Amino acid sequence: MNAFASSPGAGGLSSRVGGPPSRGRLSSSPSRGRGSSLRTWRLGERLALIAAWAAGLSLCAITAAIVLYMGFRGIQYLRPELLFSRPQASLSQAGSGGFLDPLLGTALLTVIGIAIAAPLGICSALWIVEYGQGGRARQALTRVVESSIEIVAGTPDIVIALFGLALFQLHLLAFVSFTASGGGVYGRSFLAAGAMMSLIALPPLFVAVRDGLLAVPAHMREGAFALGKTRIATIRRVLLPAVRSNIATGVTLGVSRIIADTAIVVVLLGDVLRTETQGGLPGLSLLRGTGSTLTSYVYDNSPAGEGAAPQKAYAAAFVLMVFVLLLNLAVERIARAHSRSGGFAAGGGIV
Amino acid sequence: MKMHEVPPARAMHEIPQVRTTHEVPRVGTMHEIPPVRTIVLDRPPAPVRPVREREAIRRVAAPGPERLRLEDVSVSYGGASTLGRRGANAVRSVSLSIHQGEVLALIGPSGCGKTTLLRTLNRLIELTPGARRGGRILLDGEDIHELEDTALRARVAMVFQQPNPFPMSIFDNVAFALREQSRRRPHRRELEPLVVGALERAGLYEEVREDLHRPALRLSGGQQQRLCIARAIAPRPEVLLMDEPCSALDPISTSVIEELIGELRRELAVVIVTHNLAQAHRVADKVAFMYLGDLVEYGTTAQVFDEPRAPRTRDYVRGAFG
Repeated sequence: MNAFASSPGAGGLSSRVGGPPSRGRLSSSPSRGRGSSLRTWRLGERLALIAAWAAGLSLCAITAAIVLYMGFRGIQYLRPELLFSRPQASLSQAGSGGFLDPLLGTALLTVIGIAIAAPLGICSALWIVEYGQGGRARQALTRVVESSIEIVAGTPDIVIALFGLALFQLHLLAFVSFTASGGGVYGRSFLAAGAMMSLIALPPLFVAVRDGLLAVPAHMREGAFALGKTRIATIRRVLLPAVRSNIATGVTLGVSRIIADTAIVVVLLGDVLRTETQGGLPGLSLLRGTGSTLTSYVYDNSPAGEGAAPQKAYAAAFVLMVFVLLLNLAVERIARAHSRSGGFAAGGGIV
Repeated sequence: MKMHEVPPARAMHEIPQVRTTHEVPRVGTMHEIPPVRTIVLDRPPAPVRPVREREAIRRVAAPGPERLRLEDVSVSYGGASTLGRRGANAVRSVSLSIHQGEVLALIGPSGCGKTTLLRTLNRLIELTPGARRGGRILLDGEDIHELEDTALRARVAMVFQQPNPFPMSIFDNVAFALREQSRRRPHRRELEPLVVGALERAGLYEEVREDLHRPALRLSGGQQQRLCIARAIAPRPEVLLMDEPCSALDPISTSVIEELIGELRRELAVVIVTHNLAQAHRVADKVAFMYLGDLVEYGTTAQVFDEPRAPRTRDYVRGAFG
C-alpha cells in the first residue's frame, strides 16, 4: 500500500521521492457528464435531498452560533488577570477574583485521569487485538471486554460519579480523601475524581488505539515474527511505534472529555471555591484535597448555579471552549501528519 | 536525497567477484526485453546461454551440505482432524531436500500449496488458526518442531511478497533483526558494522549510505524489498525463504533482486516461491513443481523445464494451464 504510493514509477524516471507530482496525474475535478435532472426525481427523493442539505447546514449554523456567541461574550469579559488570580468569596462580581484555582484544577484532574486511562486503554487494546483472537473462550472474553468498555462509554457521567462516591467512601480507600472527625470518609478528592475521570477518557482512547492496531497490516506482524521475534517484542518495537499517532489522538480525545466533564467534579471533587489541601504531606496533600475545575466554576457562577458572577462564567466558558477547539485541531493535525508520514490509515476522532 | 532505483553500473562494480551477464537496462531502453541471464560468479559477461552450457556452469558452483530435509510433510487447514485424509490437505506428503548454495524454486498454479509449504519451513504457519502439520522437517538434522520458534526463525529467515519494512529508520529496521537475539542489548557502535554489512550484501548500501536514519517507508518498493532482504540476512541465517519476492515490483527492481538471489546463494540455501516461470528459469538451480498440494516433479531447472517426466509438469511449463 504505502510502499507503492511512494515508489517512483518506472524505477528511476523520477529520481526524487516526494518531489512535485507527476504531470500524468488525473485532475481532481474531471469534467462531468450530464447528470439526471432534479425534475425527474420523485417527490420523496427531492424532500430527502432537501432534508439532508438542511440538516448539514443547520448543524453548521448551531455550531457557529455557539462559537460566535461564546467568543463574543468571552472577549467581552475575559481579562488576563482573571487567569492569574484566585477566586474570592464575595457578594459582588467585581470582588470575586479570577479562576486560577479552577484552571489548575482542570489541569491536575486531566493529568491524573490520563495517567490512569492511558496505560489502561493501551494495554486493553493491545490485549484485545494481539492476544484476544485465539480460541473460542478468549474470543468470548474479548467480546465481554469490548462491550464493558462500550457500557462505560454509554454510562452517564453522573452515574459514574455516584459510583465513585460510593467507592471512595469505603474505609479501605480512606487514604485518598479526607476523614471527617466522626470517622466518616469524605470520599472527595483530586485522586477520587481523577480515577473516575479516567473512565470517561478510557473509551475514546481504547477505540483509537484498537483501530490503529487493527489497521496495522498483518504482514507487518509476520515480518517481525519471521525475524524470530516474540510477540511481546513485536508489540514493543513494531506495533507501539506504528500506532504512536493513534495513541496521541486517543489521549487528546480523552483530555477533551475530561476537561469538559462537570458531574464528576461536582460530586467527587467537592466543587469548592478554592483548592484545599488535606493532610500534611506535600504533593499528596494536594491530591487528597478538594477543588474545582473550569466546568464547575462556570456552573457555579452561571445564573443556573449561585448566579453570583455570570460575566466570569462567560469568561471561563470561553477559555474552556478555546481549549476544546485547540484539542480538536490537535487531533486533526496528528492524524494528518501521520497519514503524510506513511503511517497506516486508521480512524482518528471516532468515538 | 538521491534515490536511484537502480544503481547504474557503479554499484555493480563495487561488489567484488560478481559480474553479471548484462548491463542493467537504463531508462529509455525499457521497451527492449532483457535477455535471459544467468548470474554466475567469476565469469565474464555473456548474454543468452544455451541451457546445456548453463548447466555446466551450475555444476561448477557445486551445492554445499544439506540444510533442510522435508520428510513426508503434509499440512491441512481447518479444525477437524483431516490429516491423512486425501483431499483436505493443502500440502500432501512432500519430501524434499534443500542444500546450501542452491536456489530451489517452488512453482505451480495458485492454491497449489507453495506458500503453505514455505510458511511451514519456518513454522509461520502456526500463526494461522487451525493449521496442522504432519511429517518431519529437519534443519541440519534437528527436528524444527523441537526448536524454539524464535530460534528457528532466526536461522530460517523469510522475505514476503509485499515489502514490509517496519515504520522506523533504515538502520533500525536492520538493527531490529540483530537486537534482542541476545539478552544484553548491543550498543549502536557494535551494531553499525553488522547493519552496514547486511545492507551491502543486499545491494542497498550504496543507495542509502548518505542517510541511514531516513524512514524506511520513504524508500521505493524495490528498495524496500531489498531492505527486507537485508533485514532477513542480517542475523546470518542458514536458509532464506522468499515468497514471491518480486511479484509486487517493477521489472528493473525485479532484475536487481534476481541478481541478489544469485549472490546470496553463496552463503545460504534459498527457497523461492514464484508464479513466474521465467523467473524460476532465471534464478533457480532446482525446481519443484506442485499441483493441488502434491509435489509432482522435482529436479534441476533444466530437467524440469526441458525434459519434464510428468505430463502435467510438461503442460504447466509450456503454459497449457495455470
